[in-house]
Amino acid sequence: MQHLLAIETSCDETAAAVIDRDRRVLSSVVSTQTALHEHYGGVVPEIASRAHLERILPVIDEAIKQAGLTLQDMSAIAVATHPGLSGSLLIGLTAAKTLCLATGLPLIAVDHILAHIYACQMASGRDVYPCVGFVVSGGHTHLFDCPSPLEHKLLGCTIDDAAGEAFDKVAQILGLGYPGGPLIQKVATQGNTKACAFPRIFIRDERLDFSFSGLKTAVLYEYQGIPGQPPKAGQGDPQRIADVAASFQAAVVDILVAKADAALKKTGYRRLCVGGGVAANGPFREALTQLAARRKVDVIVAPMEYCTDNAAMGAIGWELFEAERFASLDTDITPGLVRR
Amino acid sequence: MTKLEILTQNLQETDDLARRVATSSFPGLVICLTGNLGAGKTRFSKAYCTALGVSKEEVNSPTFVLIQEYLGRWPEKHGSRPLTIYHFDTYRLKDLDEFCELGAEEMLSGNGICLLEWGERVAEMLPADTLYITIEATSETSRRFTFRGDGEQISNLIEQLSIAQ
Repeated sequence: MQHLLAIETSCDETAAAVIDRDRRVLSSVVSTQTALHEHYGGVVPEIASRAHLERILPVIDEAIKQAGLTLQDMSAIAVATHPGLSGSLLIGLTAAKTLCLATGLPLIAVDHILAHIYACQMASGRDVYPCVGFVVSGGHTHLFDCPSPLEHKLLGCTIDDAAGEAFDKVAQILGLGYPGGPLIQKVATQGNTKACAFPRIFIRDERLDFSFSGLKTAVLYEYQGIPGQPPKAGQGDPQRIADVAASFQAAVVDILVAKADAALKKTGYRRLCVGGGVAANGPFREALTQLAARRKVDVIVAPMEYCTDNAAMGAIGWELFEAERFASLDTDITPGLVRR
Repeated sequence: MTKLEILTQNLQETDDLARRVATSSFPGLVICLTGNLGAGKTRFSKAYCTALGVSKEEVNSPTFVLIQEYLGRWPEKHGSRPLTIYHFDTYRLKDLDEFCELGAEEMLSGNGICLLEWGERVAEMLPADTLYITIEATSETSRRFTFRGDGEQISNLIEQLSIAQ
C-alpha cells in the first residue's frame, strides 16, 4: 500500500496526517494554537508562524509514528500552499520541500479550499462530485461550482468580512472572548433568536455574494447603542448577551443557507458539500439538514474533526498524484484567494 | 500640521469623500485610517480603491490575511499607469517587529499606495508625510472625518479636499 504524508499550516493549526491510497486516514495530528491567540481576540499571524516553526517537525514525526510507518514508507508529500497567511504557509511548504529534497519524494501542492470540500468526499466515502462546495471559516465564505475534485469555479464570496470573522468580532463586542463561534453558540442556547431584528444582507439579491460587515455594525449598535445617542442599558446582562448572540447567529445561518440554496438552483447540482470552521456550528448544521429535506438534495457537512483545519483533508493530494500533477521544488505560496 | 474636518451625512457622502481623496492621491502615499470597530474603515477603503480602478469585489476586510494587494490604475494626471495598492490591517499585530516581518517597509517606501486600517498601532513605522484619517461615528450613518498630516504633498491634498467641499 502506498502512503501520503500531508502537511497543513495555512492558518493557526499545525497539522500533519498520513493517508493511504484508499484514502484511509492512518493518522491525523493537529496542534492547535487557540490558547495562544485567545488573549488577542483572534489569530496573530506572527505568533502563528513562530508556533508553526516550533511545532512542525514534532507534529510530522508524531503523524508518521502514529501511522506505524517511517518517512521511507511514503510515496509523496502533499502540502497546502494556498490560500492562507503567508508566514504560516511558508513554514509548511519549506518543511515539505526540505523533506522532498532529502528523500527524493515528489512534492504535491494542495489547495486548502479544495481540500476542505474534499473532506466531505472522505467522510461520505463516495464520489460527491459534481457539487456545490461551500467553505465557511474565519477567512472564507466562498461558494464554488465543483465539477470534479481538482476543478472549481467561484460562484460568490464575501465582499467584506468572512462569516467566522463576524463571529469573532461579535463575540468581542459582547465581551465573550475568542474563538467567537463556539462561545456565541453556547450563550445563544439561552437566548431568543427573535429578540433583535438583524439585517439579512443580500438575502434576496440574485448574486451569490455575502456581506457580514453591516451585520457586525448592526450588532454593535443594538448592544452598545447608536453613536451620538445615550448608550443602551443591559450591557453585560447575561440574558441580553444571550438574546443578541442568538439573534445574530440566526441571521448568519439564514444568510448562509439561503445562498447555498440559491447556488444549488443556479448550478442545477443536487449535492452541497460544506466545510470550514463555521460548519462546526450546531444551528448551521441543523438548518442545512432542513434544507436537504426541503429541497430533496444531498447535503454533506464535513465531520466535526475535519471542519476546522487539519491535514487529513490533504488526501486530495492523491487526486493530484493520480493526475501526475506534481509541484517543482521552487513552488511558491499564494496567500491570497484569486477571484476567477 | 494641516488639519481638516469633514462631516458626511450618509454612506453616499462617505463614498464620495473617499473618491475625492482617491482623485488627489499621488505615488508613494501612505494613509493611516483610525476608527473604532464599525466606524467604516473597510467601507472607506473599498470606495477609495474602487475609485482607483480596483474592482469592488476584490476589496474586503484584511483582518484575517493582514495585507491585501490590489491592482488599480492611477488617475489621468499621473499618466493612467498601473497602480499597486497595499491594504493593511494591523488589528491583530502585537508589535512593530511583526509588522516589519510582513515586508511592510518595502511597501511603505514604494511607489504605490499604502492604506492601513488601525495604522496608529504602527505609527513609529509610518513616514513623516503620512495622511492620517480618523473616522468617528456621530450617528448611525453620519461620520466625522478628520484629516491630518505634514509635508507639502499632504498639505496640498488636504487643501484640495477643503476646496472641493
